Amino acid sequence: MTHITERPVKGLLGEKLGMTQVWDADNRLIPVTVVQAGPCVVTQVRGEGEGYHAVQLAYGTIDPRKVNQPMKGHFDKAGVTPRRHLVEVRTSDAASYEAGQEITAEAFEAGATIDVVGTTKGKGFAGVMKRHGFHGVSSSHGAHKNHRKPGSIGGCATPGRVFKGMRMAGRMGGVRQTTQNLTVHSVDAEKGLLLIKGAVPGPRGSIVLVKTAAKSKQEA
Amino acid sequence: MQKFDAIDAASLRDDVPAFRAGDTLNVHVKVIEGTRSRVQVFKGVVIRRHGAGIGETFTVRKVSFGVGVERTFPVHTPVIDKIEVVTRGDVRRAKLYYLRELRGKAAKIKEKRETPAAKA
Repeated sequence: MTHITERPVKGLLGEKLGMTQVWDADNRLIPVTVVQAGPCVVTQVRGEGEGYHAVQLAYGTIDPRKVNQPMKGHFDKAGVTPRRHLVEVRTSDAASYEAGQEITAEAFEAGATIDVVGTTKGKGFAGVMKRHGFHGVSSSHGAHKNHRKPGSIGGCATPGRVFKGMRMAGRMGGVRQTTQNLTVHSVDAEKGLLLIKGAVPGPRGSIVLVKTAAKSKQEA
Repeated sequence: MQKFDAIDAASLRDDVPAFRAGDTLNVHVKVIEGTRSRVQVFKGVVIRRHGAGIGETFTVRKVSFGVGVERTFPVHTPVIDKIEVVTRGDVRRAKLYYLRELRGKAAKIKEKRETPAAKA
């Protein structure tokens, strides 16, 4: 399972600020998510001899007392102040980056197709209807106290157990999710804001990674 | 209060007159037909204002050829050329859904007296 073609991918860490709406040039209403994207710094460039090409990005402020010695050394090596969040973005043009370089929201332009990675909102212990989209049981026709239950979870003496991976109730949300093929509606370079058409995973104030879409068609 | 109020502020209109449920409005709507653009007036009674900020909407109801027609507009939409308040209505509800069941004279809303005599 070798990775087929590595592509030039731009990445940026940011904070989801929330959703609002704007009107476009044709007076159509566009729902947008506002992301405070960057400024990020490049802390490391991975390339020759490491088996893959990637840039390591850092974002956010952190109390210097909370930075341990190994991390401090890592940031000193790049010549930047310590940051809160680190992420690696695999890209074929990693060599064009250098440690200490700053990346801002201007890396993306309006109309670009992007993927957004975030951690979804935690839903707590959820039943099968909410968690897996089961249809539940009839609300009438003699159904008794099992309207939202999953029904059968398998056979009896054969196989005599419940198969692994059987979808059941449990903790829902709070997992990493990538929303693919979103569009950048506009970029506010001055404030470092990205307006992304549509919803992105996570609550307000959560950290999201914006990167070039993995499945974009416009790749030349 | 959000961190991106400035984005909303850019789309907010400042030429929206004060109006509430019960008022009769002339809503001048921009209509695009092919390449031409013209203004169409939708006249009716406001039966609700809903939401706040950039997402606020209002619904105007009129009876056209015996059929009730309701249109909901975002208050700040650029589709609206302008809004004229024709009359102020004297109503005791914020949502006038009861008008949907009424026809003719019963659906008429009393006009508010601008200088209320009751105060004196």
